[in-house]
Amino acid sequence: MIQVVLPAHLRSLAGIKGDVELEVDGEVTRRSILDALEKRYPMLRGTIRDHVEGQRRPMLRFFACSEDVTHESADAPLPEAIASGTEPFFIIGAIAGG
Amino acid sequence: MSKVRVLVGTRKGAFILTSDGKREKWDVSGPHFAGWELYHIKGSPVDPNRIYASQTSGWFGQIIQRSDDGGKTWFQPGTPAGEPTTSPDGMPIGESNKFVYDSSPETGKPLTTHQFYDGTPKPWEFKRVWHIEPSLDDPEIVYAGVEDAALFRSTNGGQTWSELSGLRGHGTGAQWQPGAGGLCLHTIILDPKNRERIYIAISAAGAFRTDDGGATWKPINQGLRSQYIPDPTAEVGHCVHHITMHPAKSDVLFMQKHWDVMRSNDAGDSWHEVSGNLPTDFGFAIDVHAHEPETIYVVPIKSDSEHYPLDGQLRVYRSRTGGNEWEALTKGLPQENCYVNVLRDAMAVDTLDSCGVYFGTTGGQVYASPDAGDTWAPIVRDLPPVLSVEVQTLT
Repeated sequence: MIQVVLPAHLRSLAGIKGDVELEVDGEVTRRSILDALEKRYPMLRGTIRDHVEGQRRPMLRFFACSEDVTHESADAPLPEAIASGTEPFFIIGAIAGG
Repeated sequence: MSKVRVLVGTRKGAFILTSDGKREKWDVSGPHFAGWELYHIKGSPVDPNRIYASQTSGWFGQIIQRSDDGGKTWFQPGTPAGEPTTSPDGMPIGESNKFVYDSSPETGKPLTTHQFYDGTPKPWEFKRVWHIEPSLDDPEIVYAGVEDAALFRSTNGGQTWSELSGLRGHGTGAQWQPGAGGLCLHTIILDPKNRERIYIAISAAGAFRTDDGGATWKPINQGLRSQYIPDPTAEVGHCVHHITMHPAKSDVLFMQKHWDVMRSNDAGDSWHEVSGNLPTDFGFAIDVHAHEPETIYVVPIKSDSEHYPLDGQLRVYRSRTGGNEWEALTKGLPQENCYVNVLRDAMAVDTLDSCGVYFGTTGGQVYASPDAGDTWAPIVRDLPPVLSVEVQTLT
């Protein structure tokens, strides 16, 4: 099971308590994780990436095993520790005040 | 006994203020959607328990929320609580936050450019919903005015949205430019006497009208004069801040422009200035008395760079003559050291016999007057900056 850590606002929007565990089909990439996440929590569609192009919203970042993978390809394989569920995949709102 | 429900959108959540018809004691609920910007919240005129809210965030984008119980509970209408989140073929549902400009060959218009602040062309890009306007007849139908400026409509209670692309694509779009708050469609007025007629306003493009239910549109800015644009009497480019209309006289419109308070007696075909003796005619909010179509309210603001009242005195101005002759309303409002703003959607009236007038400030106060503006008192004083105020009169 893939572990995903969401920002608090998205957890409350989706009614999630704690972190998310997801089954991901095929290779574990950012795209496949987000596909699985949005399928399970459709209210999150559009909040992490846009509806049409699938572009990351500009003030969100992604981290895997303490590495910033925000600007990596959405189809790049993520580390084995993410795929095995040992380490969580982090979706983080950029620090921008407010 | 009559009841009043005030729907307040703020920078950090929504608040619902309720009182009986006396409007002296208030219950405050909230924050709803804590931490999110609530640009606008408005109830259906035909089903007051049906309320729509625009919840938005610079991080997470646009969410549409709906309540069917007067604001006690909320849900995203594309994903009702307890219902399947996927269609029978496994596809995710939940499209209530999907606002996509219609560029299809069948019903859409090409995605062109508008002007950026420096005049360079910039492609249309959806950012947020500024204003929600439920239908006068059908609680399932609701309009949304968005940034970058366009008009959307839902016919299924906010589950899905379609652009009325005739507005964005009617021909002058390339000349529209953002106001300080962005290129936003912030005003939607549905004509109660002519269901095919809708007025909208955009900063900074101007006012527009459709007479065929939203298929085609025309600018209605004749008579506006804006010294801050290259051609002060241009067909489009005016920074219209807000428009209001009394339902009994739907051909008469009142406008708070960037500078100037304006009036039209012919459904927007022509405008003339009615600023009269106002101490400054810059401002954002404007509204009309529920029972007196010639009684209007504005909150004069010092200038376009000094967004606060003149001399630190918060004064609502009322005209009982449809403009030109104005009186200051000050009883109960701070008359020293007050430097808040009142934004365009942050004033509303109720329809009780003694018309109540309400407005919210960027300092977090919501003021109410149960006597048409003669006296005022704060309902709450310390909310986050207020973006919008709407009122429901419940019987």
